[in-house]
Amino acid sequence: MELLDPLPTVETARKLGVLPDEFDRIVTILGRQPNFTELSIFSVMWSEHCSYKNSIIWLKTLPRDSDRMLAKAGEENAGLVDIGDGLACSFKIESHNHPSALEPYQGAATGVGGINRDIFTMGARPIAQLNSLRFGDLSLPKTRRLLRGVTKGIGDYGNAFGIPTVGGEIYFDECYNTNPLVNAFSAGIVEIGKVAKATSYGVGNPVFIVGSATGKDGIHGATFASEDISAASTDKLPAVQVGDPFMEKLLLEATLEIIATGYVIGIQDMGAAGIICSTSEMSAKGEHGMVIDLDKVPTRQPNMAPFEILLSESQERMLVVIEKGKEGIIQGIFDKWDLHCAQIGEVTAAPADGMGRLHFYRYGQLVADVPAHDLVLGGGAPQYRRDYKEPAYIKEFAKFRINTVPDVTPADLGDVARHLLSHPNICSRRWVYEQYDSMVGTANRSTNAPSDAAVVRVKGAGIPKTDKSIVITVDCNSRYVNANPFTGAQIAVAEAARNIVCTGGEPLAVTNNLNFGNPYVPEVYWHFVEAVKGMGEACARFATPVTGGNVSFYNQSSDDGPVFPTPTIGMLGLMENPDNRMTLNFQNEGDTIYLIGSPQNDVASSEYLYSYRKVKASPAPAFDMEQELAVQTIVKQLITKKLIRSAHDISDGGLFVAVAESAMAGGRGFAINTDGEYRRDAYLFGESQSRVIVSVSAEQQAGFEQFMQKAHVSYSQIGSVTASDYVVDGQVVIASDTATSLYNNALGEIMA
Amino acid sequence: MTYLAEIDIMPQKEILDPQGKAVKLGLHNLNMDSIDNVRIGKHIRLEVDAASEDEARATVDAACRQLLANLIMEEYSITMKTA
Amino acid sequence: MTLYTYDFSTYDYYLCPMKVGVVVFPGSNCDQDAVDAFESFDLSVVKLWHKDHDLQGCDLVVLPGGFSYGDYLRTGAVARFSPIMTEVIAHANRGGYLMGICNGFQILAEAQLVPGVLLRNTSQQYVCKNIYLKPQSTSALLTAGLDHDRAYKIPIAHGDGCYFANNEALARLNDNDQVLFRYCDEAGNSTDAANPNGSLDNIAGVCNDRRNVFGMMPHPERAADAALGNTDGRYILEQLLTAVLA
Repeated sequence: MELLDPLPTVETARKLGVLPDEFDRIVTILGRQPNFTELSIFSVMWSEHCSYKNSIIWLKTLPRDSDRMLAKAGEENAGLVDIGDGLACSFKIESHNHPSALEPYQGAATGVGGINRDIFTMGARPIAQLNSLRFGDLSLPKTRRLLRGVTKGIGDYGNAFGIPTVGGEIYFDECYNTNPLVNAFSAGIVEIGKVAKATSYGVGNPVFIVGSATGKDGIHGATFASEDISAASTDKLPAVQVGDPFMEKLLLEATLEIIATGYVIGIQDMGAAGIICSTSEMSAKGEHGMVIDLDKVPTRQPNMAPFEILLSESQERMLVVIEKGKEGIIQGIFDKWDLHCAQIGEVTAAPADGMGRLHFYRYGQLVADVPAHDLVLGGGAPQYRRDYKEPAYIKEFAKFRINTVPDVTPADLGDVARHLLSHPNICSRRWVYEQYDSMVGTANRSTNAPSDAAVVRVKGAGIPKTDKSIVITVDCNSRYVNANPFTGAQIAVAEAARNIVCTGGEPLAVTNNLNFGNPYVPEVYWHFVEAVKGMGEACARFATPVTGGNVSFYNQSSDDGPVFPTPTIGMLGLMENPDNRMTLNFQNEGDTIYLIGSPQNDVASSEYLYSYRKVKASPAPAFDMEQELAVQTIVKQLITKKLIRSAHDISDGGLFVAVAESAMAGGRGFAINTDGEYRRDAYLFGESQSRVIVSVSAEQQAGFEQFMQKAHVSYSQIGSVTASDYVVDGQVVIASDTATSLYNNALGEIMA
Repeated sequence: MTYLAEIDIMPQKEILDPQGKAVKLGLHNLNMDSIDNVRIGKHIRLEVDAASEDEARATVDAACRQLLANLIMEEYSITMKTA
Repeated sequence: MTLYTYDFSTYDYYLCPMKVGVVVFPGSNCDQDAVDAFESFDLSVVKLWHKDHDLQGCDLVVLPGGFSYGDYLRTGAVARFSPIMTEVIAHANRGGYLMGICNGFQILAEAQLVPGVLLRNTSQQYVCKNIYLKPQSTSALLTAGLDHDRAYKIPIAHGDGCYFANNEALARLNDNDQVLFRYCDEAGNSTDAANPNGSLDNIAGVCNDRRNVFGMMPHPERAADAALGNTDGRYILEQLLTAVLA
C-alpha cells in the first residue's frame, strides 16, 4: 500500500479519541501501524456513537425477546414487531441533542430525517412520528430561541416529508439550559417477507451510493487531528448539516420501489460515520468484503481527502448492494425520481472465517485496508465496564418528609390550579403541535378524539388494507429519574404502557433513547446503570421487549453539569379492534367520575412540590409494580367490556390536572370531593403512580360497580361531570372558561 | 446622514443548499442543462442614520452578525450608499 | 347548476364511468390521501406522473397537497412547469374540471389558472388544525349544492395560505361569484379571529371565471373517513363528483 502521509502516532490517535490501548489493539488487528485514513476509520467506528462501547454491556441486559419480535435489538436499522395479518411495524427513537444545541432548526430537522431513513431502509413506509423534547428555563430568551428553532425544524422537515407528527412530550427544567434534548421517533409498516436487510454478500454484486452528494459534513474530530499529518484539507468545514426533506421524500419513494423489485441484497442509511459505517456494518453482517473506489463517490466539493469521504455524515444518503445484472433496473428507478445513484464498488469474497476486508481506493491508490468485522459493534469494537457510584444527593432526596411542607387550604386551591394549568410543563402544547402536520396520511385517529396515546391507522401507499391501528407514545419524567433512576425508569415504562392501555391498545414493545451526561463520571454512569436496570425489569413485567434505540452521552456542560438522566421510552402498542378505541374526554353531564387505583399521601417529585412549593429535593413518587399491572389489567377489561366512557391516566399535576384535562377535552366541568384520609395537596396534586380517572354513564354504572367489586384493585367514586366550572368539595376552584384559556394559551403567550 | 445598505446573505459555500439544488433540478427539467451551481440567498435593503459611512457600516455589520445572518450557516456582504 | 343529485350508494358508475386523475409531483405528499378519498366513492382513480404527457382520459384532474419541489423558491413555482402541466392546462382550457388542494391551489395560482396568489401566513408559522368553512358561490358547481348556512369543519395544513388579490381582481371575484369558501368560526361568522392565515376577506378557495378550475387551501380529503371522526369533507368532494358528471 502506498502511503502518502507519515504514519500517525499514539499522540494523533489520542486527538482522534483513540485510547493508547485501543491504538495497540488496532496495530494488532492490522498487523502493522495504521495510516491516517485507517486510524480515522477506527476512531469513528469505535466511538461511543457507533460502538456503544460504554453502554453495550448494560444494554445487553435489557429484555429483547417476545413472540412478536422479528428482528432483535441492534440487528437491523430499527426494531421490527409482528402486528399480525402478515404485517410488521418497524419503529425507533433517536437523539439529535448536540446538533440541536448548536443550530436548533437544522439539528432537529436532520434528526427527523435520520430516524425516518432508519425506518424506510427496512422497506417500511413510515406512517407516524413522535418527538420527545427537553429545554431549559423557558423564561430565558435562549430557551425560547431553541424551542422556536427546534419546533420549526421538526415541522419543516416532517411536514414536507409528509409523515404526520401525531404526538410527543416536552418538559422544561433549568438542567437543560445548555443541553436541550431532541429525540425523534418514527414508526413504519412493512409486509413480513418484504423486509430489507442491512447486509452485503454475493461476490461481484455492485455497491451503489444513492441520494445526496457527499460533503465535508460532520468530520470535525478527524480533521482536527489530521492537521498534524498533512494539509489535506484547506476548505472550511461546514459547522452544520443541512437537511433536505424534499430529497428525503424522493429517497423514500425510490427506496421502497427498489426494495419492491426484490433485487436488493442489502441497504443501509448513512448516518453517523457515513460510508465507513455502512460498508463495514453491512459487510460484517453478510460476512463478505468490499472494494470501493472513492473517486466514484459524488462529492459536493472537489479534492476531498479519503478520510473525509469515508467519515462524512452528509444527510439523505444510502448504501445499496444489489444483484449483479440488475443495475439498469435500479438505475431506472432512481432516474425516475431524479436521484443520483453511483456504483462505487463491489462485494468481494471473505476468507473461510467470514472476516471480509474493506479495500478503499483513491486516485488509483489503496488508501485503507481494514477488516469489517473488527470495526463493528459485536465484532472487534471495544466494550467497557465503567465505574459507577451513587451520587450523594440521592440519600438527601430520600430524607424528604411530606410534613415539612404545609398542606393547601381550600382557599389556596384556585391559586394552585392556575399555577399548574398554565405551567409550561403541564399546559397545552398547542403552540408546538399546530406547527406540525398531524393529519397527512389520513390515518391519525386522535385528531378528533383525544387520548393518552396517539392512535394511527395502519394505512398508506402499498400497505394492504386492515382495520388495525398502532398506538404509540413517548414518555419520561426525568425529574423522577433524577430522584431515583431505577424507579424513575420503571415509571417511564409504566406510564407509557398505561397511556397505551387507557387508549384501548395492547403494549407490544419499546424503543429507548438514553440521554445522560458524561459516562466517565461515576455518578453519571450510576444514573445510567440504575436506569437500565429499572427499565429492564419493567419491560420484562409488561412483556414489552426493547427492540433498539439510541444512547446519547455527554449531555452536560461545565456550567450546568449533567442534564437530568432522561431515559425516554417510546412504546408501540396495537389496537386490533377499532371498537376498543377509548378517549380521555368527559362525555355527558351527569356521568360519574371514578378514580381507579389508590390515593397516597405523597407529593414527592410532583410539579406542585417542585415549582409551587419550590422544594427540589424529594424522592421519586410512590410506585408499586404489582399495583400498576393490576390497574392496567382492570382498565383494559373496563374498555373491552364497554363499562366506561373515558379514561385518562394521572401523571403530571396529579388527579386535579387529569380531571381538568378530561373536562376541557369534553367541553365540560366537574364536581369532585377529596378524601379526608389523605392530605388535600397529596390527593389533588400528588403524582403517585398507578392511578386512572374514568367516567361512567348512568347506564354503565351498575355494570361498572359490579365488575369493580370483584376486581382486586381499589377504586372510589370521586364526583361527577357537570356543565361547567371545576368544583372541589363544593367550592368553585376555577371556571371552565378560565381554565381552558389558561391551559390552551399559556405556552403561546410565552412564545409570542 | 442617511445611508442605504444593500445586504446579500448567502448560505456558506461549504453548506448544502437544498433550495438551490431543487431549483437547479427544475431548470434542468426545463431543458436548461447548462445551468449549474444554483445557490439561493436573501437580499435585504435598509436605511441607517449615522455620522459617517464607517459608522453606518459598523451598525449594519452588527445587525448582520446579531440577527440578519446566521453565522453558523450563512455569510453576508454589505454595500453602502448614501440614500 | 346541478340538475339532480346522485345517490352515491346506488348510482351505477358503469353506465357513466368517471375517472379521477391525481397528479404526483416530486414532493407531493397528499396524493395517496386524495386517491383514498375519491376511491371511497367507488370511483376509478389513477395517479398521473409529473413527467408524463398523458391524462389517461380523466374527467377530473386533482393537483394534491404537499411540498412539490420542496416548496423551494416559491410554492408551486417549479411544479407549474412540469411536463404534465401542459396537458393539465389544455384540459382546463377545454373546460375540463381541475381541482387544486393546498399545494395544488398554489400551483394553480402560479400557473394563473385561478386568480390571486398565496402568501406566507401572517403568523409566519405553518399551521395545521381543524378550521371552519362557509360555502360562498351559488353558481360554482363545487359549492352550489352545499348548505350555505352551515360551517363545515375541514383541516388546514400550510405555511403559505394567505390569499391575496389586488383590488381589481378582488372586485371581479366578488362580482362574478368566484369565491368558493371563506374561513369562519364554528357558528359560521367570518371574523378575523377565524382567519387562520391572514387571507384577504377570509378567502379560503376560489374558482376561475369559467368555473371549471377550483382551488382551495383546506383539505376536504382529510375529512372524508368516518374512522377519523370527521366527514364534513365528503360533502365537498361529493359536489365535485356531481359537478364532473353533470
